[in-house]
Amino acid sequence: MVVFNIYIFNRDGTFLYYYEWNRRTNIDMPKFEEFKLLHGMLFSIKSFVTRLSPTDGKNSFLSYQTNKYKLHFYETPTGLKFVMNTDLTVGNIKPVLHDIYNKVYVEYIIKNPLAKLNEPIQSSLFSTKLDELVKSLPFF
Amino acid sequence: MSRQNSARADGKKVSSELFTLTYGALVSQLVKDFENDDAVNKKLYDMGYNIGVRLIEDLIAKGNVQRCHDLRETADVIAKLGFKMFLGVTPIVSKWSPGGDEFSLMLDNNPLTEFVELPSGHDKLCYSNILCGVLKGALEMVQMDVEVHFVQDVLHGDDTSEIRVKFIKKLEDAIPAGEE
Repeated sequence: MVVFNIYIFNRDGTFLYYYEWNRRTNIDMPKFEEFKLLHGMLFSIKSFVTRLSPTDGKNSFLSYQTNKYKLHFYETPTGLKFVMNTDLTVGNIKPVLHDIYNKVYVEYIIKNPLAKLNEPIQSSLFSTKLDELVKSLPFF
Repeated sequence: MSRQNSARADGKKVSSELFTLTYGALVSQLVKDFENDDAVNKKLYDMGYNIGVRLIEDLIAKGNVQRCHDLRETADVIAKLGFKMFLGVTPIVSKWSPGGDEFSLMLDNNPLTEFVELPSGHDKLCYSNILCGVLKGALEMVQMDVEVHFVQDVLHGDDTSEIRVKFIKKLEDAIPAGEE
């Protein structure tokens, strides 16, 4: 089982953080364009899922998968978006993404007054802790 | 890394007196620094706002709160979870407006004012105004535009402290450029 990479966006779609552990393909596109494209897609999927849902469609977009990878999506009520790509064997990892939010983002960004919100994350402490957490996952 | 594990996360409580006295020192310094009470109120509100926009993430992450669908639910979370978690008190939610877009938080014992007596000449000072700022900042982060102010304050001789919260509008999600 493999974790490929992680993206974090804020409510306005500003890219906050990106890290890759195992990315096997190279995309011929500048990173910032990739982030914009991904966020646009997530936004569309969200509105698509909400509108087409035959029942109450709140928070209903959790993940999608292709035949090669699976994208997991978690959004907090404040609009922070955590996106993680893994291989297909990984089940629902909402608790993991919540942990990343709770134990890493809140602890090392929100509680660090010098870390600016709504800007790409520079903190190396954050990176270290996130790396530790992800590497300790059973499906890493 | 023990500093990083906040006292609350360990289930221990920080002494509320330390907090109350620190806040008191802050207010008295502001009173010295500014010429009039309005400026102090404004400063406290702004500081509260900055605290609120960060505090909300902590509340949501630790309390595992879902998005609220109406104001009553929001009021409930503020009183029973927010105030409880950060101040250790649970205000009573009351005085709903007929339209359901306004309510009051009744604070019988405001922890911030525990040792305070306002000297004369500070009739307009809203001692705990930081709380209004915190609520405003926190709710803005969950897309609610609100107006918050004190209408009663024990420090001004009222029986109880009352914070009035008025819902103005829902802030919409920004649509990324080039969508729709």
